[in-house]
Amino acid sequence: MTSDPTGTGSAAPDDVQPVGIQRPKGLFGVADTGDTSGFGGLVQAQPTAGDLVSTPEPLGGYFDEVVAALRESLGDDITRACVVDRGELTIHIAPDRVADVCKTMRDDESLRFELCNSVSGVDYPDQRNRLHVVYHLTSMTYRRRVRLETAVGLEHPVVQSATAIYPTADWQEREAYDMFGVVFEGHPHLTRILMPDDWEGFPQRKDYPLGGIAVEYKGAHIPPPDERRAYK
Amino acid sequence: MTATDNGTSADAYAAERDTTEGRVYTVTGGDWDELVASVDPVSEERLIVNLGPQHPSTHGVLRLVCELEGETVRSVRPIVGYLHTGIEKNLEYRNWTQGTTFVTRADYLAPIFNETAYCLAVEKLLGIEVPRRADVIRVIMMELNRISSHLVALATTGMELGALSMMIYGFRDREKILDIFEAVCGLRMNMAYVRPGGLAQDLPRDGVAMIREFVDYMPQGLDDYEGLLTGNAIWQERTQGVGYLDVSGCLALGVTGPVLRSAGLPWDLRKTMPYCGYEEYDFEVPVHNGADAWARYVVRLEEIRQSLRIIDQGLDKLEPGPVMVEDKKIAWPAQLALGADGMGNSLNHIRHIMSQSMEALIHHFKLVTEGFRVPAGQVYTAIEAPRGELGIHAVSDGGTRPFRVHMREPSFINLQSIPALAEGGLLADVIAGGASLDPVMGGCDR
Repeated sequence: MTSDPTGTGSAAPDDVQPVGIQRPKGLFGVADTGDTSGFGGLVQAQPTAGDLVSTPEPLGGYFDEVVAALRESLGDDITRACVVDRGELTIHIAPDRVADVCKTMRDDESLRFELCNSVSGVDYPDQRNRLHVVYHLTSMTYRRRVRLETAVGLEHPVVQSATAIYPTADWQEREAYDMFGVVFEGHPHLTRILMPDDWEGFPQRKDYPLGGIAVEYKGAHIPPPDERRAYK
Repeated sequence: MTATDNGTSADAYAAERDTTEGRVYTVTGGDWDELVASVDPVSEERLIVNLGPQHPSTHGVLRLVCELEGETVRSVRPIVGYLHTGIEKNLEYRNWTQGTTFVTRADYLAPIFNETAYCLAVEKLLGIEVPRRADVIRVIMMELNRISSHLVALATTGMELGALSMMIYGFRDREKILDIFEAVCGLRMNMAYVRPGGLAQDLPRDGVAMIREFVDYMPQGLDDYEGLLTGNAIWQERTQGVGYLDVSGCLALGVTGPVLRSAGLPWDLRKTMPYCGYEEYDFEVPVHNGADAWARYVVRLEEIRQSLRIIDQGLDKLEPGPVMVEDKKIAWPAQLALGADGMGNSLNHIRHIMSQSMEALIHHFKLVTEGFRVPAGQVYTAIEAPRGELGIHAVSDGGTRPFRVHMREPSFINLQSIPALAEGGLLADVIAGGASLDPVMGGCDR
């Protein structure tokens, strides 16, 4: 692998590949897609593994204005890619610039994204920088929404915390840490929030099985769904 | 409860025991003054009190660790996660249609909102629009659900502040809405009624009449609540100036919904970023400048009146038509019908697939077992739930199952503001302030 498959990589070495990824399998012991017609096999594209392609400018609507204002205050290289899909703008940024970008998004007079609606993680196991953190911001002044997205690899899953700019990100970043293992640098107390404090592993990563986890109730064991019932 | 001290083993339920952090008292009723008197006031002027997670006044399994100085709260640390059920993870193992049955169980007081927000996200990913009748029924059901949720908010807040009659009345009237839900979709809660592409089924024949009857009944009930609470000196004392959170505090902490509107900002997604055709309805967004628990009570009560207006207009907008998209590759193949033994699959449909059309059977089988494919991409849809902005961040990898769904749950976000609401106030006001946020732990912990 010579190039960065996602276009979002940082200075991470190229030979690092996530290992031990289990594809989620369906019920009833189905090992493949579960498609019985054969036509489903014609589709081979892996949309979540491909290159990150910016939408050609102009982006349309208020999107150009937002991107231009952001670039004006933080430089042209602040945006790694700007993607418009289904009427929503996604600005891909570097994990170590999150706080800068959030501060500009909140304080710049032409941006004014006062509200951070949501912080969530997504795991794309086919990408080298597989752990994505997605911020949804709303400008109440201009009635606009925008999505910020950043990606980090497993070997150094560190993203700048946005809590200093948006205090509401506090619990949401804790949740992203709890579920995906993304470490937010500068968070005041990054601890697990939904899972028990002594939990091992990060449950919403794609290689973490649903079920099959030891539970502390009379030695009960819940098998993963693909082992529960098999009609073979 | 008395300590049973037989032997040396530590009894976790003893009335008091020594730990490395200091002396720990277990209180399950009794006289607070007596307990506090037994604590040496000089060496232990700060008392750490654990509230919950199993406590009737914490709105479900919420745990609050309060540091007290006398009765003044110096710090509160909310601890959540006791109701975490992995809904987001489970969604990734079921097809897109089955997802509604999971998300509906998050905020169990507002199931229709969870379903609608999720379905709007799936529909945006698919790039489809639902039939008009489905939109109108969604609005009617959401507003009914908003009323039932606000009634629980009033009822439980009443209970927690000692107004027990309000609790009885609130739940009594909520029951009428649940009866409507039961008549419409067979279930009182967690209905999975809203589906990607439309609705599971149309309103029943007497549905409109039932809803009209309720719309006529409810204003009288609201007048009763106002008569019961608004002029009540105890209610005023317990709520006015309690749990103060101004607009900048709300925005910094991401607090939306009635709490934000009680601080004076008329931000309601139904008006500011309409969905489901809300721009066609004539209604007001109630605001208040109090920014306290009282203001939230006033705002919620007025929102119920506005919801009744919307339902009334929605019933007028109802025109005959389909409630599910025409595309048979997305619409759930079987329609429900009422048989002699209760609600079930339509017998006509069963006859069709079992004895008339092999292709229909294959289609049914494939759609039910495998589901439909959703083009790859990500969307964020947000709706105005009773507790604030309910957002769904849905990611598809082009498959038949969600790649990732994140619920931006207003209860989860709003609960962060408990320290801001309660620190510096009295212990009793922690309860009033927390209740005014109206958190639902099922939604918070998902």
